[in-house]
Amino acid sequence: MLYINCPHCGMRSQNEFSYGGDASVKRPELNKEVSDQEWDNFVYNRKSLRGKHLELWQHISGCRQWIKVERDTTTHEIFRTFKADEEVA
Amino acid sequence: MTQAFRIENGGLINRDKKLSFKFNGKTYFGYEGDTLASALLANGVHLVGRSFKYHRPRGFFGAGVDEPYAVVQLYRNGETEPNIKATEQELFEGLEAKSVNCWPSVNFDIGAINNFLKIFLPAGFYYKTFMWPKSFWYRIYEPFIRKAAGLGVASTKHDKERYEHKYEYCDLLIAGSGPSGLAGAYAAAKNGAKVILAEDKPRFGGSLLTSDVNIGNQSGKDWAEGIIAELKTMPNVVVKNRSQIFGYYDHNMLVMSEKVSDHLPSTKKYHPNKRLWYIRAKEVLISSGSIERPIVFGNNDTPGVMLSSAAKEYLKVYGVLVGRKPLVFTNNDSGYETAIEFKKYGVDPVVLDSRKKPESEIIDEAKNLGINIKNSYVVVAAQGYKKVKSADIASISEDKKQLGKIENIQCDCICVSGFWTPTIHLASQSGNKTKFKEEIDAFVPGQSKQNEITLGAANGVFSLEETLKTSFKAGSELSKKITENNNEITIPNVVEKKSSQHDKFWCVPLPKGKNYKRFLDFQNDVAVSDVEIALREGYRSIEHVKRYTTLGMATDQGKTSNLNGLQLVSEIENKVVPAVGHTTFRPPYTPVSIGAIVGREVGKHSKPTRKSPMHSWHEINNAVFVDAGVWLRPRYYKRGNENLFEASKREAKNVRTNVGVCDVTTLGKIDVKGPDAAEFLNRVYTNAWLKLPVGKARYGVMLREDGIVMDDGTTTRISENHYHMTTTTAQAANVLSHLEYYLQLVWPELNVNVVSTTEQWAGAAIAGPKSRDLLQKLFPNSDVSNGGLPFMGYMEEDLFGVKARIFRISFSGELAYEVNVESDYGNFMWEKIMEVGKEFNIQPYGTEALSTLRIEMGHVAGSELDGRTIPYDNALEGLVSKKKDFIGKRSLQRSAFTAEDRQRVVGVVPLDKKTSIPEGSHLVKDDKAPLPNPKLGHISASCWSVEYDNPFSLAILKDGKNMIGQKLFAMSPLKNKVIPVEIVSSHYVDPKGERVRS
Ligand SMILES: [Zn+2]
Repeated sequence: MLYINCPHCGMRSQNEFSYGGDASVKRPELNKEVSDQEWDNFVYNRKSLRGKHLELWQHISGCRQWIKVERDTTTHEIFRTFKADEEVA
Repeated sequence: MTQAFRIENGGLINRDKKLSFKFNGKTYFGYEGDTLASALLANGVHLVGRSFKYHRPRGFFGAGVDEPYAVVQLYRNGETEPNIKATEQELFEGLEAKSVNCWPSVNFDIGAINNFLKIFLPAGFYYKTFMWPKSFWYRIYEPFIRKAAGLGVASTKHDKERYEHKYEYCDLLIAGSGPSGLAGAYAAAKNGAKVILAEDKPRFGGSLLTSDVNIGNQSGKDWAEGIIAELKTMPNVVVKNRSQIFGYYDHNMLVMSEKVSDHLPSTKKYHPNKRLWYIRAKEVLISSGSIERPIVFGNNDTPGVMLSSAAKEYLKVYGVLVGRKPLVFTNNDSGYETAIEFKKYGVDPVVLDSRKKPESEIIDEAKNLGINIKNSYVVVAAQGYKKVKSADIASISEDKKQLGKIENIQCDCICVSGFWTPTIHLASQSGNKTKFKEEIDAFVPGQSKQNEITLGAANGVFSLEETLKTSFKAGSELSKKITENNNEITIPNVVEKKSSQHDKFWCVPLPKGKNYKRFLDFQNDVAVSDVEIALREGYRSIEHVKRYTTLGMATDQGKTSNLNGLQLVSEIENKVVPAVGHTTFRPPYTPVSIGAIVGREVGKHSKPTRKSPMHSWHEINNAVFVDAGVWLRPRYYKRGNENLFEASKREAKNVRTNVGVCDVTTLGKIDVKGPDAAEFLNRVYTNAWLKLPVGKARYGVMLREDGIVMDDGTTTRISENHYHMTTTTAQAANVLSHLEYYLQLVWPELNVNVVSTTEQWAGAAIAGPKSRDLLQKLFPNSDVSNGGLPFMGYMEEDLFGVKARIFRISFSGELAYEVNVESDYGNFMWEKIMEVGKEFNIQPYGTEALSTLRIEMGHVAGSELDGRTIPYDNALEGLVSKKKDFIGKRSLQRSAFTAEDRQRVVGVVPLDKKTSIPEGSHLVKDDKAPLPNPKLGHISASCWSVEYDNPFSLAILKDGKNMIGQKLFAMSPLKNKVIPVEIVSSHYVDPKGERVRS
């Protein structure tokens, strides 16, 4: 079970969180023309990376905040965590 | 029965407490502190079971967790449990156990015929034989395998034992209470670290219980006792026996199974049977020791052949002689230690040592005691069927290829030692890439992967002095990092005998003309010849060899077989062992009861049960409840002998003619607040929200980004910047997360907050032509006329002194209202409604009547909004704005979603107007068409229309728009029904929606 550092609450076990997928995906702006390809990339196409991956988790049984977690998908090592509005450098 | 093999004094058992127990129906006696294995051996019982494949007689091979044979079926307090190791099960008064894998009895076993037909059962037998002819599988092979296979029988009864889970955090977790674990724990505890010390056996001390050493000026055993006693008094230390750490998971999370009650005749009141500990440790010290490995020789599975360390443990811990004429077969000094113990108790052993001229203090001691030692000698084969009677022995050449003349020597047990295998399972599970250590012919942990350190025998260090030194140091240093204390520990003096180098020899060659079975894996009956076949047939990877032969795949996970298997493969393949590599160690290290893994989350405890504030009223009034997500909702209110069908029909009819009341507390409710709330709702819902006035409700549909309908419900503008959103019962939690996702991540610039208020409000839906009359009486001072409170209107009024919210919304399609009060007043509201409603013939109605009412009105709900449908499919395209953008809108342009013949909701009526159509039935054109009959659609919901008094269903049907009036067949192979049907409009009752506006 992963041990995740919620930027709002501190170290918490994985069973307090729910997974939210790739955090690098950006939703196309509202009211903007979007090509089929662009839209498919947003809705469906994911890289399924091996290695370092920036992903979303929601601290669902805690502060309910969506956070970003930089995690290695093979070793499960967590490098850094970010608040929803924090820029990932 | 007498305990003929129990020595008069000695051992750690309590001789004052005699216990009786039964094995295979026969009564025996043992002592408190015995295991089932030691008590049986004390009574001279060596035959405990039959082997898995060949049904060969099996005895005891080890004395603990490594035991591959002595797996029994246990009976305790009216319950039965399979897969229990007799070597681990502690004896209690009244214990009963039976052998497994034998029929009709352990002494006369029909399956043993396999032993003589073994030509049929070589490696890969299952893969090869059971493939043909195909028709044989169900009739012959499967029943045969089912009867012959398995290690016992699972109970079919409900398990009345209780299992607990516990979460714990500590600075240092220590796996194993041998010398390394004790030293590490002591040093860390002295520095004030929070320490958990776990020992899988009932007694602490590990190897110190049986080894002949001195620490300080005490025996090893007394030193261990002293340390444990001191640790137990320290508030920062948890010491647990009968507790096996079986898994090392991510981020230093380890899981431990504590056997709380298995050693007692029955579980004490309020105690669990087992307790599962989830331990998040800052640092982990793996001091899990080592397991002796066997030397492979002919018939080495005969009862009476066992590990020399086990024989020593039975003698020193339990006071039991495993034989009176022991033969010790060794390639290292450990065998001598066992022989010396035998000699001390007046038994004369013979030692066969494969080495030519070993010299050490231990060997000198054995010689001084006059023990008969034969160097360069091996056991070629054990003789005897149900018990060792003698052994064929021979001298062996220096290159270990040539045997001398075979001699036969009388003996009643063969104690074998092929040196030691470190127990590296936990280290390997942590991700540590283990490495092969040439000097000990075994794998040890490599570079630490998580915060773990492996010390002592588990790390391939067999010197006590070295182990204590490194473990005290590790305990000090690991704890110092955390507590910043640094108490000096004086390392005690150690007296131990020096041993000599072991012999790199693990398998006795077959003598000419003999074809003895030489077993590697004793539990799965895998012999040297099986691995040879696998390699001959082209299997190369050790993982493939393992699966093809089943080597190391039994419940003991190859604790005594893996390394010898690797040695064999490396020898045949002419590779070094590390190049062959070992198979992956996976948790659990030992079998764990499913009950312990499940814990308290069983049956009704598997999820919380939520009840509305009116629940007790429903109970008193004969409600029959149904699970709706985590909620319990009244399905119908039973009157007299009514069944579900009759009651729900009565309740629905009363709504259509008079007035009914339904508990709708379970609907999800979310407060949406903030200056940008209207803009937010406008993006979340498909329809327009910017112009909704205060005091009005609106029905809305929300999509996922892929265009599929996520949920629907009404949202009401309570005040300028405050909206009250409702969701379906099932989707409430998902919708909240969905809204939070967009507010926190996608549109953080919107000034909006959302919070669940589901539990803050109790809700009652009042529906029927007389609902307005009832409402007027509930709120005599309010204008609830059609003008004062129009359809989709909202007002806040006073209900006999309680603040109430009134929404004029309808799910039933009748004139209807929903009244909400704060949850604490829910029951008060409900009773008032019932009391005032009496003169209007009010009746409560449950979810079944509710479904009937919505189905015949053609209102879509969860069975249509099933995660596969878009707005058009549900005839909701009128709510999809063409002007503005919203979540999921772009997806609606996908070609499949705009196809001319897109599926759509329709009504379905059986032609005979009598036969109810099972939900899930397929709609097909031709009921006689060959299978697979093309499916045009499916029945999503069925009811008995109270308006027309005939069955009515909703369906999602391909090209539904153009199918009205068509005749099709509803087929349900599950219910074996074919029903001719007509497709009609989904709005079966009041298609213009006049009633809700009346
Ligand atoms: Zn948090």
